[in-house]
Amino acid sequence: MSESHSRSKEATLKVYRGDGAQGQFETYKVPMEAGMVVLDAIHYIQANYAPDLAVRWNCKAAKCGSCSAEVNGHPSLMCKTRMDHFEDGEEIVVQPMKTFPLIKDLVTDVSWNYRVNEKIKPFSPDESDTKEWVIYQEDIERVQEFRKCIECFLCQDVCHVLRDHEKKDGNEQFMGPRFLVRTAGLEMHPKDTADRLDYLKNEGHIGYCNITKCCSEVCPEEIHITDNAIIPLKERVVDEYYDPLAKVFKNMFGGGKNK
Amino acid sequence: MTSNIESIETVEHDVIVVGAGGAGLRAAIEVSAQGLSVGLVCKSLLGKAHTVMAEGGVAAALANVDQEDGWETHFRDTMNGGKKLNNWRMAQLHAQEAPDRVKELERWGAVFDRTKDGKILQRAFGGHKWKRLCHVGDRTGLEMIRTLQDRGVHQGIKVYMECTITKLLKDGDKIAGALGYYREDGRLILFKTKAVVLASGGVGKIYSITSNSWEYTADGQSLAYEAGAELIDMEFVQFHPTGMVWPPGVRGLLVTEGVRGEGGLLTNNKGERFMFNYLPESTRHEFAADVKEAKEWIDAAIAGQKTTARRPPELSTRDNVARAIYTEVKEGRGSPHGGVFLDISYQDSDRVRKKLPSMYHQFKELADVDITAGPMEVGPTCHYIMGGIKVDADTAQTRVPGIFAAGEVAGGMHGANRLGGNSLSDLVVFGRRAGLGAAEYAKGLKEMPKFKDSDVQAAIEELDAPLNRTEGPNPYDLHKKMNEIMSAYVGIFREASEMKIGVEKVAELKKEIAKVRVGGGKKFNPGWHLCRDLKNLIVAAEAVAVSALSREESRGAHSRLDFPNLEDEKWGHVNSTLSKDGDKMKLEHKPLASMPADLKKLFETK
Repeated sequence: MSESHSRSKEATLKVYRGDGAQGQFETYKVPMEAGMVVLDAIHYIQANYAPDLAVRWNCKAAKCGSCSAEVNGHPSLMCKTRMDHFEDGEEIVVQPMKTFPLIKDLVTDVSWNYRVNEKIKPFSPDESDTKEWVIYQEDIERVQEFRKCIECFLCQDVCHVLRDHEKKDGNEQFMGPRFLVRTAGLEMHPKDTADRLDYLKNEGHIGYCNITKCCSEVCPEEIHITDNAIIPLKERVVDEYYDPLAKVFKNMFGGGKNK
Repeated sequence: MTSNIESIETVEHDVIVVGAGGAGLRAAIEVSAQGLSVGLVCKSLLGKAHTVMAEGGVAAALANVDQEDGWETHFRDTMNGGKKLNNWRMAQLHAQEAPDRVKELERWGAVFDRTKDGKILQRAFGGHKWKRLCHVGDRTGLEMIRTLQDRGVHQGIKVYMECTITKLLKDGDKIAGALGYYREDGRLILFKTKAVVLASGGVGKIYSITSNSWEYTADGQSLAYEAGAELIDMEFVQFHPTGMVWPPGVRGLLVTEGVRGEGGLLTNNKGERFMFNYLPESTRHEFAADVKEAKEWIDAAIAGQKTTARRPPELSTRDNVARAIYTEVKEGRGSPHGGVFLDISYQDSDRVRKKLPSMYHQFKELADVDITAGPMEVGPTCHYIMGGIKVDADTAQTRVPGIFAAGEVAGGMHGANRLGGNSLSDLVVFGRRAGLGAAEYAKGLKEMPKFKDSDVQAAIEELDAPLNRTEGPNPYDLHKKMNEIMSAYVGIFREASEMKIGVEKVAELKKEIAKVRVGGGKKFNPGWHLCRDLKNLIVAAEAVAVSALSREESRGAHSRLDFPNLEDEKWGHVNSTLSKDGDKMKLEHKPLASMPADLKKLFETK
């Protein structure tokens, strides 16, 4: 392909190739098409240069949260990162999420997240309440916001408690923003009766979060993770464990739980 | 080359479920609730299955919005939508049980949108007489899969993620196990089991323009076919009328029918509401006579009020709307990028963003289009296959003892065309029934059946072959070729002369697929995974092409240019039925079971 003609029609990608033991960046040239996204470019590389290039993806519509990676340093879904958002001729660096152990190329082992999820007390309505549920829309707006989460784990990837301090295992495990959002969705469900505050404090270590809001910034679903999920949960924990007077008022908070 | 079978990781469960979308999860939950051990095997991570992409809603006659609704009407709409080729018993069970399954989802934590008086809200959809689709904005599938996933993991279901089943193993006639491999590193796993529930979804990856993800590679259809089950109605492939048409990278991506359910208007490049011209005579009386009446209906729907106005013509069935759009474009009345216009921007922009949030973002981010300010461009995209594995309606069992199937992989429920919203309900109704059926079957077996080591050995050799070959075609090239063949010769509109070429080309491609080669090792190697998928896809491609060529009429999603009419007498009472006969695919036209008199009566009342 001639340099002069194809300059704006060809993109340069540097893609990480390798596993946990060793690896390096490989450079690929990919022809540009209108509206192309980074995942299209990765597919082009697979079909034309590297059939064994490992990448996770499913829907290619930003609905499944599988194709998470770091593109030019930003935790992103490759399926919604447009190629025309980069400068002409800018090198596009694609690498796997750093927070999770690498399997190969762009694929990481995210199984830790599933283990954390299993520890959260499930939805627990009052089983004796057998009448048809009456729930008003305004009481579930917040819960519905949390349930938009597509589990891309980009918030877990960017969270410095997990990324830099590696609080994923042992006694000091931090559950991470994704599972604080999940817990908030349960705690604020008008029909839920379980109490997860002890878990949040002593096992999920909600206290480790110091509200830098990096998670909210990378969320492709634009969930207000810090403001709407984490801070209210922190306040509940504080009320429960450090402020007995505030306990009295806690029922007024967050959409009717414990009514 | 022989592998040491003893050294392969081997696990034992009463029931194995293949696929972890709505049907697979619901089946696994049911098996577990029956007190049996269940293994849930899925090709992707848990929670990423295709169900996650379902947008518009789950159909169930709860009658929360339109009190006139009931299971009988839902049943009748489903049969009419399927041009009465449906398995009537499945359609009946589905209509009767869907409301309970939806309420159950709510009890398990699903948070549906609400009516003003606090009930589950329901919206209109194509082919449904009443407002029937329970929904969560336009992300209903995500809500459903997350609800079932969380229910499942807390119930002790063992999940095998990113694990592909390549072979079902039998003991004589009955199922005995399955061989799979982990995508992560290619290591093998052997399942010993009494029963298998296939819930692996559809075949959409045989076409180039499709709303389906990479996973839709006909795995279950192919596994069941190889194991001796029958496939039916494979000619009925649903092209969803509204996929994105631009930019090229997202061509085919789904635009939910919910847009039309919320009042979206379809127009051509002359600004005409062309759907008024495409309503079939048989259902015309159910739709608005003109733009004014359609507007009255939409205004009332937005206000949550009752009206005597009839539905807009945009809410005709999917087969009909897809054909209409295709025809408008072909006759020169299309939009700039080869679709038509779908417009909801005349409504309050906050309402649009609230009701259709993911559509708003999808167009904004991927196509630079603000759907609250102007129209979308849309055109048909391969979306769903009505056909699939033939099952018994009540138990979901195939003709192979111990093999069950539910969801898109199974055939019969939707006949010649599926109504929107009937898929999510199908998943939970028949997912549960398949789980129950498999559990009862497993309980009836005194001991674990035994498969033959030689069968395992043969399956391993077949799996490894593409890596061991020194030359052969590239799997990505072959996949592209298949997409081109199917789109060109067995697409939306079909005729014998083209389909004959299609059938020949598929046969040639099958030979090439047998020689496919890929480099690299077993560690997370998508090229190698695709080699395996191609083996399944080609079964579906052949099945679709052969069945389509044989049905000499137009019915539902099967549109023949050379046979444009519905031929009830000759074709209205038979299913195209395929089975494996040596190396050949045997085609028979087998009669449908006839409907009992009390159900027939439902079609006499208006």
